[in-house]
Amino acid sequence: MKGTNLGEFEELVLLTIAALISDAYSVAICDELEKYTGRAAKLGVVHAVLNRLEEKGLVKSRMGEATNARGGKRKRYYEVTHTGKVALTRSKEVREALWRIIPGFNLEGTV
Amino acid sequence: MKTTTQKPPEPPRWARNLLRWYCRPDLLEDLEGDMNEYFERNLTTKGVRRARWIYILDALKFFRPYTIRKPKFLNLIIHWLMLGSYLKTSRRSLVRNKLFSFINIIGLAVSLSVGLLVIAFLTDLFSYDQFQEKRHRTYRVLTRNESADKSVMDLASTSLKAGFKIRETIPGVEDVTLIRRGFYSDAKVSDETIVPLEATWADPSFLKIFTFPLLKGNPSTALKEPYSLVITEKTARRLFGEAEAMGKTVRFDTLNYTVTGVLKNIPKLSHMRFEALISLSSMLGQKADSDGGLMDWNNIYQNYIYLTLPENANLSAIQAGLDRLCAAENALLDRQKINLSLQPMDTIVLGGRLSNEIGVNVPKTVVWVLIGLAFVVILSACFNYTNLSIARSMRRSREVGIRKIVGALRGHVLGQFLAESVIISVMALVFSFLLFLVLRTQFLSLAPQLADVVSLDLSPQLILYFLAMAVVVGLAAGFIPALFFARIQAVQVLKDASSLKVFRHVNLRRALIVIQYTFSLIFITATLIGYRQYRGFLSFDLGFTTENILNIRMQGNKPSLLKKELAEIPAVRQIATSSMITSLGSLYGTQMKYQDKAGKDSAMAWQNFVDENYIPLHRHQFVAGTNFKNRPLSGNETEVIVNEQVLKRFHLAKRNPAEAVGKQVILDNKPLTIVGVLKDFHYGTMDHKIEPTVLRYSADQPGGYLNVGIKSEDYPAALSSIEEAWRKIDKVHPLKAVFYDDQIEEAYKQFDVMVKVIGFITFLAICIASMGLFGMVVFTTETRLKEISIRKVLGASEGGLIFHLSKGFLVLLFIATLIALPVTYLFFDQYILTKFVYHQPIGLSELLMSVLVVMALAFLLIGSQTLKAARSNPAKVLKSE
Repeated sequence: MKGTNLGEFEELVLLTIAALISDAYSVAICDELEKYTGRAAKLGVVHAVLNRLEEKGLVKSRMGEATNARGGKRKRYYEVTHTGKVALTRSKEVREALWRIIPGFNLEGTV
Repeated sequence: MKTTTQKPPEPPRWARNLLRWYCRPDLLEDLEGDMNEYFERNLTTKGVRRARWIYILDALKFFRPYTIRKPKFLNLIIHWLMLGSYLKTSRRSLVRNKLFSFINIIGLAVSLSVGLLVIAFLTDLFSYDQFQEKRHRTYRVLTRNESADKSVMDLASTSLKAGFKIRETIPGVEDVTLIRRGFYSDAKVSDETIVPLEATWADPSFLKIFTFPLLKGNPSTALKEPYSLVITEKTARRLFGEAEAMGKTVRFDTLNYTVTGVLKNIPKLSHMRFEALISLSSMLGQKADSDGGLMDWNNIYQNYIYLTLPENANLSAIQAGLDRLCAAENALLDRQKINLSLQPMDTIVLGGRLSNEIGVNVPKTVVWVLIGLAFVVILSACFNYTNLSIARSMRRSREVGIRKIVGALRGHVLGQFLAESVIISVMALVFSFLLFLVLRTQFLSLAPQLADVVSLDLSPQLILYFLAMAVVVGLAAGFIPALFFARIQAVQVLKDASSLKVFRHVNLRRALIVIQYTFSLIFITATLIGYRQYRGFLSFDLGFTTENILNIRMQGNKPSLLKKELAEIPAVRQIATSSMITSLGSLYGTQMKYQDKAGKDSAMAWQNFVDENYIPLHRHQFVAGTNFKNRPLSGNETEVIVNEQVLKRFHLAKRNPAEAVGKQVILDNKPLTIVGVLKDFHYGTMDHKIEPTVLRYSADQPGGYLNVGIKSEDYPAALSSIEEAWRKIDKVHPLKAVFYDDQIEEAYKQFDVMVKVIGFITFLAICIASMGLFGMVVFTTETRLKEISIRKVLGASEGGLIFHLSKGFLVLLFIATLIALPVTYLFFDQYILTKFVYHQPIGLSELLMSVLVVMALAFLLIGSQTLKAARSNPAKVLKSE
């Protein structure tokens, strides 16, 4: 699995990080995911994925400042790396290429 | 919930500590933060309880490969390198504080020795039957007998018929063996050698199921033919000496048996023991006609069935088969139900109480009581260690501070102090092992039964258990002090050692002292109450006299012969015969019927066959009527003497003794006339109520006893002349004569053993608690010496000081008393003594005595030390500052 190939959930998390720009930390990512996908994103799952993405070099992280909230514990902010951006773009291109070769795919009328 | 308090609820501390413990440091901070954030969020949406619950679940769920901290081998290496240093400092501290080291080591050694004893005892019990190769798939068939009056009896024995039926009708059983006990006879090898022998009947499968290897003979045929005899090596030596036993003939009574096999001696740790085996076929052939009841379904008292099942057998299918078998057979019985079940062989020795147990059986309660006692004593010694270590912590806090500054982590300090306590505990083990060797012989000699059940021999495995125990005890004793030391803040300690909150743990220490003394008091009170009850049993008025009566077991000889011999001995005052000795626990009952105008009635009555001298000899008191008048030589009895309970039970002659004389009752289908009514007397032991009892006439009972009244002051001389007389009539069996009083003492021997064991444990518990208290008093007075001196300078009196110093301890003892006495009283009053119908009341004297003893000892300890402190010269103490 290791490499630039992205799993579906990994891709979602990566996109969320990109979308949250400078506010991407685990709890916010969970909330955002829940908002857009409509399914419950468990901290345990997201945390593991974030860890894996960082291992793959698709994201990098830095610690924020300590505040009074969270029992005085700092947040870890994530940011998509260049490799991450390349991987996202590539997976988008693959999809678009596939979409293009489907002739006359039309959802109108069925939904 | 706690939402009303000002402080917001926090996540469970232990869950957070768990997370901190296992999580990699670089992941920990934000993960903990995340969980906190969720916790706070859940708090408002889901309530405190759910939020906590989710937090705990998360803490557990995050235990994953990528979050786990890698173990630091460096830390372990440091531990190993530092071991030398730990040893050195431990040794120094031991030597520096001789009193505390003494208290710790001796306390632990004494308590450990009890622990070792219990471990050795348990190891022996659990190694029972380990030599049986098929033990995991061998089962015994148990019987539950329900009679008409709903009384239920669980038996280890069963019927022969069940064995045959199981073999024939239940599929899936590999092997079944039938065993019957009750063969006691004299083995006649030649004219000179006649040896009494106890044998067991067994069928050929016996040697297949059990691992009793044959030294000589063929295991598959040895028990096949009628009148085959298989003997153990030991029996072979008794019968034939060094000569070859195989093929020899042995005569029992009138029948010749051939030795077809010699077994290796039976291991001591076998629940089943026997001297010889006789082929079952010999009994079936011999008794088939004379005793038709042998194969009856309800002949369940002397036979045993063991069976082996194949590996992974379906037990419930077998049980269903047994149930079917019982249902079919019970249908033919009148108002009786017999049910069979299987008992795995592993559970026989430590199984529940069953009647007719074939051999060794130790009740589980005994095991638990022993474990409990050992546990309490060891715990008490651990408390001492914990208490004294924390109390002394001020002295060693500087060492810990330096260690921490040089770079020791919490784990290192923890390791150091645990290592120290384990070292002390292993040192204690050396002493305790010596103590154990002494205790072992004492313990085994407590009761002959004990030496019969266990040997307590040392084995490498046992030594390993001992070591493991010492290490565990060391860890348990040292854990709290080690934790305490590990938490010390280096800077704070080095700046000012007295800032250490030694007294922060004062409540813990107080609690430990209270627990120690509570147990000591419970033990001592239990011992005193138990002893009083035991003495009570011995001196209890049974309703007849047992003084100076010697009971001689006839062992098959004719009483009239011995009577004639004994009559010539001047020391013999009176001779009576009886079929059994009452009041020792054995019972012999029969169905008694009574018929009058109101109707028929029948009930169980206990009985004893006696002659006309029995009643005068034992000084039974007549309420009405007289002794036996008709004295037939054999069989044709016509009279019976009853006790008052009989009248009560049958409402006989309106319970008027005088009118009851002359009435007729039916016993064993014989109509007997009541000639006398005795005052109620004890037929059973103290745990039985007095029940309807009858005395029947029989002059010559070969299986019974002679009761000989002795008038001599010179008992040894009388006994030797009686023995001489015995030898004239029986040359084979040694005389078995015991004084009635001794027999009664023997019957209550278990209580004597119990009192002794608990008494010994009490002694240890009090010693350990006293040593601990002493240590605490010494420590407190030492640390408060300056305070005392200043008080003295300011004018405090000695008495006032002593009171001031000992006040705290006395309050603790008082609390312990308040807990211990009611607990013990209720335990005995509501639980133990209710099992004995006749018992002494619990006197205030026992309760007060125990408090007095413990308090006196404690006063002495506290008083001596506080007095010393109070008498010290304040000038000297204060000068040294």
